[in-house]
Amino acid sequence: MSVLSDPDVLQRISDATCTAVRDAEIFLPGDVKDRLKHALEVESSPVAKQELANILENICLAEERSAPLCQDTGIPVIYVTIPSSVAWSGEMEEAVYEGIRTATREIPLRPNLVDPLNRENTQTNTGLSMPPVHVKAGDRFTITVLPKGAGSENVSDIRMMNPSEKGLIPKFIVETMLTAGGRPCPPVILGVGIGGTFDIAASLAKEALLEPVDAMSPCEQEICDQVNRLGIGPMGLGGDTTCLAVKVKTAGCHTASLPVAVNIQCWAARRATVEVAL
Amino acid sequence: MLGREKSNRGGSSVKHLKTPLGDEILDLKAGEVVTLSGVVYTARDEAHIKILESGFPFDPKGAVLYHCGPVIQDNQIVVAGPTTSARMNNLTGFMLDSGVRGLVGKGGMSSKVRDELKGKAVYFAFTGGCANLAAARMTLTGVHYADLGMAEAVWEIKLDKLPLTVAMDAHGGDLFAVVEEHAHEVFQGMYPTSTTEI
Repeated sequence: MSVLSDPDVLQRISDATCTAVRDAEIFLPGDVKDRLKHALEVESSPVAKQELANILENICLAEERSAPLCQDTGIPVIYVTIPSSVAWSGEMEEAVYEGIRTATREIPLRPNLVDPLNRENTQTNTGLSMPPVHVKAGDRFTITVLPKGAGSENVSDIRMMNPSEKGLIPKFIVETMLTAGGRPCPPVILGVGIGGTFDIAASLAKEALLEPVDAMSPCEQEICDQVNRLGIGPMGLGGDTTCLAVKVKTAGCHTASLPVAVNIQCWAARRATVEVAL
Repeated sequence: MLGREKSNRGGSSVKHLKTPLGDEILDLKAGEVVTLSGVVYTARDEAHIKILESGFPFDPKGAVLYHCGPVIQDNQIVVAGPTTSARMNNLTGFMLDSGVRGLVGKGGMSSKVRDELKGKAVYFAFTGGCANLAAARMTLTGVHYADLGMAEAVWEIKLDKLPLTVAMDAHGGDLFAVVEEHAHEVFQGMYPTSTTEI
């Protein structure tokens, strides 16, 4: 555990976090871009074609201007994998927060984090027990950032179903998007968490948004097709593509429970991973 | 003012509009793709309230309001994507009565606004999240009510062919409402409420 409080390691964690935030905010992942390009190719509605062309042009311009893709730069949700040679510490978590504060100043990001009741802004995108840092064992020491915007977060949903209602899961997912309509800035990606406890289902749904969207299981594809049949289209203006992908993650649950969470992600499905050198 | 040319994107004919807008907007139909050039004024919740209390800091005749809280740095527009228009649902009637002929935002507006637009004005949808595309087609030309703060002040912005969709026209046409109604019908077909669930 020689690296526990090594100041160099803490600095490298901050730097890696800052780089991951910057990469995520400016460069959309290739698999998401490919799905958007495909959506434009197959779209039949002229309005939807224009919306998708605008989105693709905006993605190019963000890269050219080194500016965030969207003005809602989100809450930076953090996922860490850590090898067995390293012990996670409070200092390391603080180093992650320092990286977020640096990114907020330098990119710059919109300060989005406020007290839930008095609505005072912390100005740093950190503080008040936020953002969450999820730590898991892994082969490499990596920091992943998923900046989550509010438009799509606000129309996400969770339901504690009865175990006998398993067959109603697809309906719940499609209905969540029907209710959301154009508000989450479609085309969306739907992260679905099935099982766990109330909180784990929501965590799984968000983790599902880290999965690449270039492949879906037959079940995920079927739900994606159903959502697209709704015809909500890009920005709710109608069209063939409402949903780019559905990604499902599951965990065990209580024999009397069936928690299902749907986390909606706007077209700006931002995520980036940076390795911390040891 | 109105121009027309063949678009190289959507493949259909695109109308080019220029502010201040006049009666040409009465010919627009929900679902049409257009571009908008000329000066527009940003206005969110606070700006609407301030205008109601203290009056317009610009001539509202033929004016276009952009529902947007931009990020401005050194008198330059950094990002300026549209905000959710529905927050201004109950603050819009006075604007339209005063001569405003265009609204730009995202997500559409209420059936009350749909009625208020009749014979007067149109609502244009601009693609949500496209903050860079917006900034690349905009030049900052002035500011009013700067004391409201960056997000809420009335920024005077010159547009250069911003690509928009006519989402609500001056005759009750509402693309968002049509799409929503259709989505509910399709859902009802997929999951009829009358059948036994499970």
